[in-house]
Amino acid sequence: MTIHEPLTEPPASTTEPGAAAGGGLTIRGLHKILGGRTIIDNLDLSVNEGELVSLLGPSGCGKTTTLRMIAGFLEPDAGSIEVEGQEVSHLGAENRPSAMVFQNYALWPHMTVAKNIGFPLKLRKMSKAEINDRVETVLELVSLLHHKDSKPARISGGEQQRVALARALVQEPKLLLLDEPLSNLDAKLRVKVREDIRKIQQELGITTVIVTHDQEEAMSMSDRIAVMNAGRIEQYSTPEALYARPETEFVATFIGSMNRVEGSLNNGLISAGGDILGIRPEDVILHDVPFDGALPATVERVVPRGHFQEVYLRRADAQLRSFVTGELMQPGQQTYAEIRKAMTFRDGRLVAESGAAR
Amino acid sequence: MAIITDSRTGPASRTRRPLTLDSMVRSALVVLFVVLMVVFILGPLLWLGVRAFAGNWTFPNLLPDDWTLRWWQVVINDGALGVAVQNSLFFAPLTVLVSAIICLPAAYAFARFDFPGRRFFLISLFATNAFPKMGLFVTLAALFYALNLMNTVLGILVVHVLGTVVFMTWIPAAAFAAVPRNLEEAARDAGASKLRVFASVTLPMALPGIIVAAVMSFLASFDEAQGTYLVGAPAFMTMPTQMYSLVLNYPTQVAAVFSILLAIPSVALMLAAHKHILGGQLAEGFQIK
Repeated sequence: MTIHEPLTEPPASTTEPGAAAGGGLTIRGLHKILGGRTIIDNLDLSVNEGELVSLLGPSGCGKTTTLRMIAGFLEPDAGSIEVEGQEVSHLGAENRPSAMVFQNYALWPHMTVAKNIGFPLKLRKMSKAEINDRVETVLELVSLLHHKDSKPARISGGEQQRVALARALVQEPKLLLLDEPLSNLDAKLRVKVREDIRKIQQELGITTVIVTHDQEEAMSMSDRIAVMNAGRIEQYSTPEALYARPETEFVATFIGSMNRVEGSLNNGLISAGGDILGIRPEDVILHDVPFDGALPATVERVVPRGHFQEVYLRRADAQLRSFVTGELMQPGQQTYAEIRKAMTFRDGRLVAESGAAR
Repeated sequence: MAIITDSRTGPASRTRRPLTLDSMVRSALVVLFVVLMVVFILGPLLWLGVRAFAGNWTFPNLLPDDWTLRWWQVVINDGALGVAVQNSLFFAPLTVLVSAIICLPAAYAFARFDFPGRRFFLISLFATNAFPKMGLFVTLAALFYALNLMNTVLGILVVHVLGTVVFMTWIPAAAFAAVPRNLEEAARDAGASKLRVFASVTLPMALPGIIVAAVMSFLASFDEAQGTYLVGAPAFMTMPTQMYSLVLNYPTQVAAVFSILLAIPSVALMLAAHKHILGGQLAEGFQIK
């Protein structure tokens, strides 16, 4: 068992001012009160140039508010927002070097696809020929050239999404903002579109901030994820680190699945105590025969999940969930459950990690 | 309207359920309703149409005794009519224009800004329609005498615009409010100034509602008689006010002819607006939010 000091300082690489001095986005001390409630509480965030960062959190955590302040639709009460070293918080949305893709795409229904995408260029007083060129280039990028003259209402949701993306990309923004870009798509399309977005983003090397409540979406697309809760960033790290080393109980619960048990772990046995134990279901290992460190357990419920099954177990000391592959288990079946790894949280923060001794 | 009512509650429910007393009573009521609608809406129009071509029409006969085009000649040869038509066609578009200039900004404000007394002002727009019109016009006339507005174009215009304020504010306000905010935000984000956002996004999207309001205002102005008569007669006779004197001074057939003439622009405008709004590309604007 390894005991850590409470992890109060975030890893050095993440929020250190000046980390994105050359480019990207730097937010310092952002604060917003709406209707007497603190929505954003002294938030710092820095995004490196060309990086894709997700703001991930439950609804009401302030992630969309943060994005709207970056885009310029909402004025912060305090704090600074720098895009590529330029302070933008005093600028209106029309003068910021960022472009946004809205949750419901916000395509103008009275304009064709080409007109929608060309509108930002028309505002920049480009010639008709140049607008046409650029619109066609970007339409090709999102493979929608054949819908150039369609009205938004005539194309599918996934296509509308790509038009919205194209309308943002055509502006060649220094910062691309996406507000829940995939939430209106069906599950299968979502996987495809998120891969498309990631591919285009990497190709063009655009600094990107995505707001999402979907952890899978954030994990699969992002270079780094800022997990938000109640107007603060709980943790800001890579997807792998977020899962393997959640700094707070909130992050551990929000990212992935977790058995949350009150008590402490001694020699694989949970004894009652004041701390909170977080055990990932994949760290609960089942054995058919008695095994060192495993306790007898009864299968209470089995939920098939396709390539694995979620097994609800009752052990003498606790109720646990486990992810199991292989033959489908039956309720009432006797087995032996071993806890291979657990995290200990005190006052919501990670204080200890215990791995199996082997 | 008759057809819609019938097909919704009639055959559909009859095929599914056996003929119970309840459903028979229900279909009987529907039929009664349809008949009443036809009698009260189409009946007078039909009578009007027949009347305009009738010579003598004695009481128990269902149709006139003889037919004639004489009354049309009377109306068309009457010099006052041409003036009345001109006046009507002058005041109605002008009313729409003035009303739009005054009311559309107000409509936008009602839709987009939350200011103290917003609801009060919105509701109070109905005040002009809540009182008996004639009472309002009499008070107005007293005021107009003091301001030397009686028998002036401006005076008549004020009366007409007053009658259109409710349409020109409420309907466009609803249309403006229905424009999703993020469509405006997307335009801001694309680099458009506030004015440009209004011109390129908000106004085109609210246009169907504004057209409806304009058509209704046009018709309201076109049909306005009481106030125009009080403030404008005899210097300015419009078609409806001219009709008053026709009804009083000529046989009923002439009034019938004139009311048909009066209806033509209204019907034409309604049809055009209907086609433009429901058949045009503007309708597509309403399918997506």
